[in-house]
Amino acid sequence: MSIVKNVQENPVEEFLRTDRLPHVWCSGCGIGTTVNCFARAVRKCGIPLEKLAVVSGIGCTGRVAGYLKLDSFHTTHGRAIPFATGLKLGNPELSVVVYSGDGDIAAIGGNHLINAARRNVDITVIMINNFTYAMTGGQVTPTAPLDSINTTAPYGAYEMPFNLPHLVASCGAVYVARWTAYHVVQLTKAMVEAMNKKGFSFIEIVSPCPTIFLRRNRLGDAVDELKFFKERSVIKHGADTSEVGWNETRPKEIIIGKFVDIEKPDYVEAMNVHLSNKLGEKYIWWGKKDG
Amino acid sequence: MAEIRYTTADPKGVLTGVHYMDGNHAACEGALAGGCRFTAGYPITPSSEVVERYSARIPTVGGVFIQMEDEIASSICLQGGVWAGHKAMTVTSGPGISLMMEHVGLAACLETPCVFVNVQRGGPSTGLPTLPGQADMQQCRWGSHGDYEVIALAPSTVQESFDFIIDAFNLAEIYRVPVFFQLDECVGHMTEKLVIPEADKIQVVERRYTSKPPEEYLPFKPDPDLVPELVKAGDGYRFHVTGLTHDEKGYPVINAQAQHEMCWKLVNKIDQNASKIWRYEEDEVEGAEVVVLSYGISARVALRAIEMAKERGIKVGRMRLIVVWPFPEPRVKELASQVKAIVVPELNIRGQIAREVERAVEGTCKVVRVPHAGGTVHDPEQIFDAIMEGVR
Repeated sequence: MSIVKNVQENPVEEFLRTDRLPHVWCSGCGIGTTVNCFARAVRKCGIPLEKLAVVSGIGCTGRVAGYLKLDSFHTTHGRAIPFATGLKLGNPELSVVVYSGDGDIAAIGGNHLINAARRNVDITVIMINNFTYAMTGGQVTPTAPLDSINTTAPYGAYEMPFNLPHLVASCGAVYVARWTAYHVVQLTKAMVEAMNKKGFSFIEIVSPCPTIFLRRNRLGDAVDELKFFKERSVIKHGADTSEVGWNETRPKEIIIGKFVDIEKPDYVEAMNVHLSNKLGEKYIWWGKKDG
Repeated sequence: MAEIRYTTADPKGVLTGVHYMDGNHAACEGALAGGCRFTAGYPITPSSEVVERYSARIPTVGGVFIQMEDEIASSICLQGGVWAGHKAMTVTSGPGISLMMEHVGLAACLETPCVFVNVQRGGPSTGLPTLPGQADMQQCRWGSHGDYEVIALAPSTVQESFDFIIDAFNLAEIYRVPVFFQLDECVGHMTEKLVIPEADKIQVVERRYTSKPPEEYLPFKPDPDLVPELVKAGDGYRFHVTGLTHDEKGYPVINAQAQHEMCWKLVNKIDQNASKIWRYEEDEVEGAEVVVLSYGISARVALRAIEMAKERGIKVGRMRLIVVWPFPEPRVKELASQVKAIVVPELNIRGQIAREVERAVEGTCKVVRVPHAGGTVHDPEQIFDAIMEGVR
């Protein structure tokens, strides 16, 4: 038996449930990379750890909540956003982050996504897009690129995929960004910005799934995918979101960056201001008055 | 038993006085008196009056209402409210309660104390939106997949709609289960006298938060009564909960042993405490030849049939379930040994509660079902005929 010496503490260990490691993700999967970015963002964002809660749905990304040493909720498939809405509304002092996958957020949870964006609930939604239902073996999702091979689209996908930045922006999200698992520095910065943004913020992270999606579509391994992200990505801050759709397996250009960053009263503020205007002193302000 | 900490109702939520209102409005007032400060709902007939009143009342009581995009969202949004520290409910009817079932399971699994108000209408599917049924009685117990237990109450009057929803919130806190408040369209829309007492006369159970420091706290370690202590988000516990099968730490454990321990705990915490949860009303059961056992609006319709039978000289007793689940099996069994028959009128065809009575009496006495598809209440003659069949 070999004795490992000089084991260094992981720099983000204080944010992780180390008693739950190793995690479930495959080698080369991008989810862990993004969690590393998230932990660094948590350190930088200035939000006290005890006031930060993370909510996940179901799937590979749905397991994120279980590895973060925060108040963490692993809920039902597609319903992380309405749970997070309840948590935030129940205690407006909390910062609430939803961390889940494309199937969870955009397919089964799509109605909740658009309504939370419309309400401008003050939560951050971090959506990992690996283009497939990975945990269940690679079925087609509403983000699957045209002609991509999936177990339930064995001859290739023929439904038009969602352009999610455009969808949430059109519903009223105040912060919308897209990065890839290659862009760790920019992603970390975006996570800090999103968590500190008042209102509904959304980050799509395009991430490699080497075991299922890349292998089945013969797109190489995780390193090939990161190289692809690096070579094809074009940063276009403020891009017209109608032009950032990802429709082919290998788009000529991957448009990334911060697309939307606007100011608008969030749900609780709108409720408080409106009801106190209508009801005057009879209204009991919800949450802290300055916050 | 861990100590149950009672307090008196927050006067801000208590509309003390004598009122004339319907059962849905009374349920709203009872919820406010019982400490409910968070409601997520979606409109559906015949339940909407509950959330309509709540949305008008809550801004000046100090709480929140949110109308969600659907019942699935409502039934999990309310659980976010609970884990943020509030007593919470959602309100719905037939199609809505069907959609909510996954989150009944989540509440059972996470041991989230909460209340599901279900104003029953005729089904299946869209059925009879404006007319009564009592056909969700088994659904509320078994509707979500897997093994778990719930508590369900069924009020018969407007006064009970107020009184017993307070009980529903209290029971949710004591046992950390989803509690169903099963009205029917008749009780929901019937207008009668309601007396709301002074706030200091209303007993409300405080949430049992742990006093342990974070390093010693295990979110799902039960007390001897099998109910664990709660925490809420934002208090520094940095705890984890999951709808996966989990251990005392709240961490997922995917094996048969963890499944055995968790599911038996969820079932046993109600079984073991059932005698403290049962609530029923009895009348003239001593020496009775027949007992009419019912609940909700059907128990009131049965009163006329009982009168008619008594006019014929038949000794008829009455048992009315207030808590339907857990079912008071030992008491029903005891009655069965003293009577010729138990007559069970209810607004469903397959005898959802009659079945449970049959199971309890094990053939000791006759059980006469009085089925009805809903849409209206029984004609008392039907129940009278069943009583006559019982004494034959």
